Amino acid sequence: MKTGMDETISLVLFSGTDDKLMAAATLAAGGAAMGKPVHILLQYWALDAFRKDSTGADHGLAPEAGEKGRAAFETAARAGQASWSDTLRAAKELGEIDIQACSQSMKVLKFEQSDLDPLVDGVQGIAAFFINAGSGQIVFI
Amino acid sequence: MGKSDIKTTVDARGLSCPLPIVKTAQAAKGLASGDLMEVIATDPGSVKDFEAWSRATGNELVEQVAGDGEFRFFLRIK
Repeated sequence: MKTGMDETISLVLFSGTDDKLMAAATLAAGGAAMGKPVHILLQYWALDAFRKDSTGADHGLAPEAGEKGRAAFETAARAGQASWSDTLRAAKELGEIDIQACSQSMKVLKFEQSDLDPLVDGVQGIAAFFINAGSGQIVFI
Repeated sequence: MGKSDIKTTVDARGLSCPLPIVKTAQAAKGLASGDLMEVIATDPGSVKDFEAWSRATGNELVEQVAGDGEFRFFLRIK
């Protein structure tokens, strides 16, 4: 049976709040568990969240979360919900997940690759990103 | 299918999506073709997730049992 699982999924991470990064990590880990190659491009505030020694820090939540949302998110974390960085680390051991920093965002934020968490595999331009995405879906978060 | 055939059990109780299938996929990597694996989960979403995971990976979902807030899945490794 054709399942479409041979198609690559590409995630563009722009937002650097913990809720959006968690949503992205969930998609990436699920894709990897299903055997899909997953490509992730980090831009701007998402890239900032991948700085070395900072993935476990509190990056806040999107404004729409509000106080109730924050309480729910914190309860889930206390109940043992894995963080987005731990979810991505587990997913990378499992399947084909390639995480690249957007070279333009690197320039704007004045980062070197050595400033980034080892989760990040390299620095990439947009042309390389589109070539790797092929005809698979691209999701912007 | 006897209980004694189970090569490994993944305890995914208390874990929420996507960790049950991530842990299962991890465990499946260490098994050989034909091995039987049991997964215990409490996330209600796991029912549809394991059907989908089985279809996507070709590991056969031999049986599933629900009760007492737990879901048990028996999977035969491709």
